Amino acid sequence: MKTILLADAAAMIPDGATVMIGGFMGVGTPERLVAELVRQGRRNLTVIANDTALPGIGIGKLISAGAVKKTIASHIGLNPETQKKMLAGELEVDLVPQGTLIERIRAGGFGLGGVLTPTGVGTVVEKGKQRIELAGKPYLLETALRADFALVDAFLADYIGNLYYALTARNFNPVMAMAADTVIVEAENIVPVGVIAPDHVITPAPVVDYIISHA
Amino acid sequence: MDAQTIIAKRIAQELRDGMLVNLGIGIPTLVSKFVPAGMNVYFQSENGLIGTGVPPAEGMHHPLLTDAGGKPVSALPGACTFDSAMSFGLIRGGHLDMTVLGALQVDAAGHLANWMIPGKMVPGMGGAMDLVTGARRVVVAMQHTAKGQPKIVKQCSLPLTSARVVDLVVTELAVIGFPGGRATLLEIAPGVTVKQVREATEAELEVSERVSTMAV
Repeated sequence: MKTILLADAAAMIPDGATVMIGGFMGVGTPERLVAELVRQGRRNLTVIANDTALPGIGIGKLISAGAVKKTIASHIGLNPETQKKMLAGELEVDLVPQGTLIERIRAGGFGLGGVLTPTGVGTVVEKGKQRIELAGKPYLLETALRADFALVDAFLADYIGNLYYALTARNFNPVMAMAADTVIVEAENIVPVGVIAPDHVITPAPVVDYIISHA
Repeated sequence: MDAQTIIAKRIAQELRDGMLVNLGIGIPTLVSKFVPAGMNVYFQSENGLIGTGVPPAEGMHHPLLTDAGGKPVSALPGACTFDSAMSFGLIRGGHLDMTVLGALQVDAAGHLANWMIPGKMVPGMGGAMDLVTGARRVVVAMQHTAKGQPKIVKQCSLPLTSARVVDLVVTELAVIGFPGGRATLLEIAPGVTVKQVREATEAELEVSERVSTMAV
């Protein structure tokens, strides 16, 4: 794990990168990192996230700035700009059921090719997918998702990169931290090693590549 | 009593002590207001919380404690938080006793459409497909009609949320179940007639021999 300045962290992510971003309606999204990507004028990102938040909040900032070419998400309903850009053909949106999205990311991070889920069987979600029957029950084969970068928001990060999350800001973060080539963490608090007790570490330090330093 | 209150009060009668329940946004959220006194029900928010409580007093909210709509909530004693994989493991894995959701359409067999109107409104399915597919019991909370048009139809014209059929539909006029895969009138609201329910319903309605009045 290395510490990195905010601007340098954002500069590592090139135009066209595939980026997983933690958060649920903006809660648990690395807000400073997202804002810095906007400031640096990033373009053509593929964003994998639960949702596109609201205009002006979290991933909503990237959408408004035109930084996103494609998003893979479960919900865009609270961000009218996402819907507008989608209908105008400026933004590709791949809608995935939330439980399927998190499992595809988990599969990507856990070394699995995909998962079998009953969700989506007999709906438009099934289109183009393989249906597999096991013990008489139908499932869809949903393939794993990985990204070039995971942008993770943690409540506590210790000096070596162990992470702890707070309340409902955990959501997609620890799962995404497993599923990208490079994991960049924005932490609300950076604390000495030992402050997070071993039993309370949610993301182990070895999977974290960078922690954004304060200023 | 307004329509939403009738619906929420009636659905609250489906709650049992110790249940794990997920409430959708809108009318379903109101159900938590009518939990019978002394009953302990665990409410899940799919963004990662069991023990969801009412919004805290003005100025007391925590920015990292919200419901699935991103709105501030409180956490009751005994609450726990978890990541989204755990949250949907609870939902799909048979651990969620009941889900209450809104609907755009429900058809005569109990199929639900509640996540998009093609070309018009495409908010995404969020957790709805997993909830309807995975919950032990699926209860729909909705107004009986929308702009005068029936929402209980012969066949859904909108994209389905799941191949799995719902267990119960509660509206301000009626309670409808689907025994044997057929929409069946089980209860009517006080002051409402079977004829009125039929007129507001496009699907053929079987009428249970024991139609009772909703106790709201």
